[in-house]
Amino acid sequence: MTSEPVIALRGVTAELGARPVLRGVDLSVGRGEVVALLGANGSGKSTAIRSIIGQVPLSGGTIELFGTPRRSFRDWARVGYVPQRTTAAGGVPATVTEVVSSGRLSRTRFGVFRKADREAVRKALELVGMADRAKDSVNALSGGQHQRVLIARALVAEPELLIMDEPMAGVDLASQEVLARTLRQQVEAGTTVLLVLHELGPLEPLIDRAVVLRDGCVLHDGPPPRAVGQHALPGHDHVHPHAPAGAEPIRTGLLS
Amino acid sequence: MDFLDYEFMQRALLAAVLVGITAPAVGIYLVQRRQALLGDGIGHVAMTGVGLGFLLSASPVWTATAVSVLGAILMELIRWYGRTRGDIALAMLFYGGMAGGVMLINLAPGGSNANLTSYLFGSLSTVSRSDVTAICVLAAFVLLVTLGLRRQLFAVSQDEEFARVTGLPVRALNLLTAVTAAVTVTVAMRVVGLLLVSALMVVPVAAAQQLTRSFAVTFVIAVAIGVTVTVSGTITSYYQDVPPGATIVLLTIGAFIALTALAAPLARRRARAALAAQPSGDPAECSIPVARGAGDEVGV
Repeated sequence: MTSEPVIALRGVTAELGARPVLRGVDLSVGRGEVVALLGANGSGKSTAIRSIIGQVPLSGGTIELFGTPRRSFRDWARVGYVPQRTTAAGGVPATVTEVVSSGRLSRTRFGVFRKADREAVRKALELVGMADRAKDSVNALSGGQHQRVLIARALVAEPELLIMDEPMAGVDLASQEVLARTLRQQVEAGTTVLLVLHELGPLEPLIDRAVVLRDGCVLHDGPPPRAVGQHALPGHDHVHPHAPAGAEPIRTGLLS
Repeated sequence: MDFLDYEFMQRALLAAVLVGITAPAVGIYLVQRRQALLGDGIGHVAMTGVGLGFLLSASPVWTATAVSVLGAILMELIRWYGRTRGDIALAMLFYGGMAGGVMLINLAPGGSNANLTSYLFGSLSTVSRSDVTAICVLAAFVLLVTLGLRRQLFAVSQDEEFARVTGLPVRALNLLTAVTAAVTVTVAMRVVGLLLVSALMVVPVAAAQQLTRSFAVTFVIAVAIGVTVTVSGTITSYYQDVPPGATIVLLTIGAFIALTALAAPLARRRARAALAAQPSGDPAECSIPVARGAGDEVGV
């Protein structure tokens, strides 16, 4: 990390209601790095990501994006965000193209949607292998296909930083492979990635660094824990006999 | 076509066309945001505006616009800040608005609840020339917003959190949607009435989406349904001497039922076509859930 970090959190604290969710999180993501945020349900990993994009008010600490304090950061076309799939459902049908086009608004803002913008939408859909479904309703897609559409929506503005909240949750194997391939292409092109994961899974080879949260504190920040042999298979249920008794993480289900 | 000879019918039909266009044009964003009943709430609040118009001997269309715009802004503010007690605050706003309307109109010289009835359920013969001017101006504003900002409003209504990360002024756009809905309520007030306005915002959209897969097509079909029912309802009420608001709403619901019945075989055919088009082995139907819990115990 020679240049300034793309994301820098210093002593970030946040509460949901009266419950402290982040209790002094320090996190720095350098240019071109791929960082996974791991932790149990309720450990604060989603809140951490949502605080970076300004969805959760901070009670303390500072966040900088591309060296600018988040409050005065305006250059949102440099950031691509992939929310958890459940948050993105409207009450009216919408096609894949319509949903992906809305990602382009960080560039077009209130201006005209030009031919180049339409071209970018087509390219983003090709990247995730959904070009043939461009005119279908997003409601007709499987979970994995829907997730690919949300990633295309983030990629369509050609961002330098991708922030993803559990991109692999509930995604079928075929889509997992497409997502891993898309992400690899992005990383090779120099995109910085911060993603919340429940397990490393098929993305493991891409990840430079893992940050593990527990109870709103950073527990580990360093090389990702490598799974070997059978442990590396997707869907493998991890049981760690060496984990100390009573270390069962708190599963409140309040956050996911 | 003898009804076109009467000036009051020409005015009523012009108002009906504008209502048929604007109500679904705003309503589609409300349905998309799952706030289908927002229009109903604004309709209640607008009653105070009508009462105020009578009390001040001003045009009720303009006072209703002012009060319902204020009410809509208040509702949006309650949505931001009043997370826990929001619904109770909204209930007080709605019923306060209704009670305020009844109270004010009875305080007005020569005013009674009978004056209010034409605003509650719509009335053709009372659409005055100045009403038509006001309706035209307000409808132009609604169309400018709903068509001109369709991409931005679509993004905000589809996924508010994502829209914020694209840098769109989400709060301003939400306020604008609420204000536009409020303006639409007063556009529609003379034709369908305050208590039935919401139906014309929501039901054409619900009917259209029985057939559609895209937002743009839903928009167009919903507006087409809106214009069809407002115009045919207005003409029916001329010949049969029935209240236009009730006629229009019942026609809209009829359209919804008809399209729903039509859509079932259409959906089956589409599903069969999609199945046939799909190469075998594509696991589009069965998504394999990733085992949850492995990340919980990352040993470090």
